[in-house]
Amino acid sequence: MTAIDRTLSSQTMRGVRRRSPATWIRGGGLASLLFLLPMLFIFGIFSWYPIVKAVVMSFQSTNLVSAPTFVGWQNFISVFQDPQFGESIVNTAYFALLALIFGYPIPLIAAVLMSEVKRLRGLYAALAYLPVVVPPVVAILLWKFFYDASPTGVFNTLLASFHIAPQPWIENAAQAMPSIVLEATWAAAGSTVIIYLAALTGVSADLYDASEVDGAGIWKKIWHVTLPQLRGILLITFILQIIGTAQIFNEPFLMTDGGPNNATVTVLLLIYRYAFENSIGGGYGEATALSLMLAVFLAIISVVYFRITRSWSQN
Amino acid sequence: MKSPRRVIAVVAFAAASIGLLAGCSSGGASSSATGNGKVTITVGSLPPGTAKAAFTAFDNRVKAFEKLNPNITVKPEEYNWTASTFTAQLAGGTLPQQFDVPFTDTQSLLQNGQIADISSEVKALPYGNELNKSLMAVATSKSGAIYGLPYDPYAMGLSYNRKIFQEAGLNPNDPPTTWAQVAADAKTISQKLPNVAGYMQMTNDATGGWELVATTYSRGGRVEYRNSKGKTIVNADNPATVAALQWLSNLRWKDNAAGSNFLLNWDSINQAFGAGQIAMYPSGSDVLTSLVAADNVKPADYGLTTLPISGSGAGALTGGTVEVVSPQATKAQQEAAVKWIDFYYVQPLINKSQAVSNAKTLLASGQPVGVPSLPVFNQKTYNQTLSWIKPQMNVPQGNVASFNSKIFNQAVVPEPNIDTQQLYTALDPVVQAVLTNKNANIKSLLKAVDTQMQPIITKDDTKE
Repeated sequence: MTAIDRTLSSQTMRGVRRRSPATWIRGGGLASLLFLLPMLFIFGIFSWYPIVKAVVMSFQSTNLVSAPTFVGWQNFISVFQDPQFGESIVNTAYFALLALIFGYPIPLIAAVLMSEVKRLRGLYAALAYLPVVVPPVVAILLWKFFYDASPTGVFNTLLASFHIAPQPWIENAAQAMPSIVLEATWAAAGSTVIIYLAALTGVSADLYDASEVDGAGIWKKIWHVTLPQLRGILLITFILQIIGTAQIFNEPFLMTDGGPNNATVTVLLLIYRYAFENSIGGGYGEATALSLMLAVFLAIISVVYFRITRSWSQN
Repeated sequence: MKSPRRVIAVVAFAAASIGLLAGCSSGGASSSATGNGKVTITVGSLPPGTAKAAFTAFDNRVKAFEKLNPNITVKPEEYNWTASTFTAQLAGGTLPQQFDVPFTDTQSLLQNGQIADISSEVKALPYGNELNKSLMAVATSKSGAIYGLPYDPYAMGLSYNRKIFQEAGLNPNDPPTTWAQVAADAKTISQKLPNVAGYMQMTNDATGGWELVATTYSRGGRVEYRNSKGKTIVNADNPATVAALQWLSNLRWKDNAAGSNFLLNWDSINQAFGAGQIAMYPSGSDVLTSLVAADNVKPADYGLTTLPISGSGAGALTGGTVEVVSPQATKAQQEAAVKWIDFYYVQPLINKSQAVSNAKTLLASGQPVGVPSLPVFNQKTYNQTLSWIKPQMNVPQGNVASFNSKIFNQAVVPEPNIDTQQLYTALDPVVQAVLTNKNANIKSLLKAVDTQMQPIITKDDTKE
């Protein structure tokens, strides 16, 4: 913030302090507040209240029917002592890593290639976006069907035409997570491709022309023009990817229910299990405790990430 | 400067928004009992995925009930108890007003006030004081209040596809009677019909543990016991459970007779069985009703026998459901719900005309009549009911004779009674590990379950 900005800001603050209620109303303050009220009400009821309630519940033992009792840090201790807690972190980190290796570059590559194509770019973009249009549950259950591990399964039939033996896919602890990542990448890539394509339209054609004059080929243009110009978007999609992968739930829940042998139990699935696995309820305290830990972890990661990358994106 | 008209518009907009929200929030809890004595109840007697014919049969019974009780309107809702969805529905208040829960959960639910006290309504029934007391114990509180009517008790059996048996050259009238024979038949089937799993068990959604406990009981083992101090001890790592898992491992890895898909819950194994992908699997004795309604299984192709019994203390795992009522329902709705339970579930067991009428309705819509079950009252009443509906029976009784002739000679063993579903869920990954990892260390996996579950069970044991 420059010295001029600070001066203007302090003048504005003094101006605000001097305003009487009548001036504030005449200046549109009341109208703004009234227009804001529905939003505040909706956010308050559906977002902030549940968050506060969850924080409180993480220190309680409750089945949502009987009166809750405060148990201090017991829910957090129970979560830390649960052997599945470590497993779920490892599994989620493994998913995040695989999703980063495969899921992060693929949309970028696809978007850059599409932007280089002169004809039918819209068609390619539509095709890339098509998986996003399919409802997630339908897509996941379809992939589960495709992953049928018998020799007559859809993917195994395809592999057989290349003389590759049937694969167990999600029926094997080692292959289940990569199989889930494959589906998740397919399902999510379309959205990111569209973001990159939109960002690419903002890259000045002059830069490419100048680099061509300097003798740059396609790879040099991508490396020295496209990627630096997309830096801000890339940094945002990176952190969104981290947050998204840390909250992976639908795929392991619907495809494997955490199996085989807990190989795909993720943090969110564990939260779900705490809350709903015991058919008479009672694990809501542990569930909210773990939710809180995850939220705090992601908030810290986000803040650290933005602090580290602030100078990169500004440059 | 704002014009008064604009200020009024802003205020009106804000008020309308809040009013709209208030309207939304108050719309959820609709009152169903009206001043003229009419009452509407929601009943969870219709399983999801019910075929049109079964739906029609159900609809006809609703009409018959409403004719008998003109002041009651019945609104059916699709409902099927599963461990994971039930809790969400319970916490969210989205359960129908009449629903069913497993034997194992009833005591906890009544202690938590999550199901209604229907003592007066049940005692007012003509047979209210004649109900089987040992069976009623599952739905009766320590003070003697009644919270539900037990219904549909089952014993675990071995369902098998008679058509597949024939195709594999096996005699469907001579189902296996030992675990060795089950393995041999499964191997024969998978060798002759490569895309068919000769035998499989459920593995997911707490059903893996449920079936593992059933196969443990059939070998004389127990996964929970009370020690001399009255403390409940988790004993998943017992010789019978180890033997059950070792048998399963051999079937999978040596005989290659368990197919290729190992993440199966109650719904998906029923679907696979209905699709002819699985030849044999352990099931509740009453599963045929659902198999016909949702999975297009023909009773003529279906066979049921008892699970093989071996070793001292061996028996058949039994369980069942308890028909209960929501405590959120009004008194009038609770009374109506008990009338529905009486009409829909109990009368066909004790009233000849109701039994025959029910059987005819089911028969007319192609639903199975004569599905093996266990007595709700006593064996005499059970046999009498069967004799009433004999003309309507469309389940070839020869196909289930192996079960019916042996089950009453077997010891029946109730499910573990503390944290049952959690214990089952903890056992799921063990079954999955055995089926997906050739070198799974069975004893170590079971010991880990003991370690994981003992503190939970100890905590809840002291609550009892």
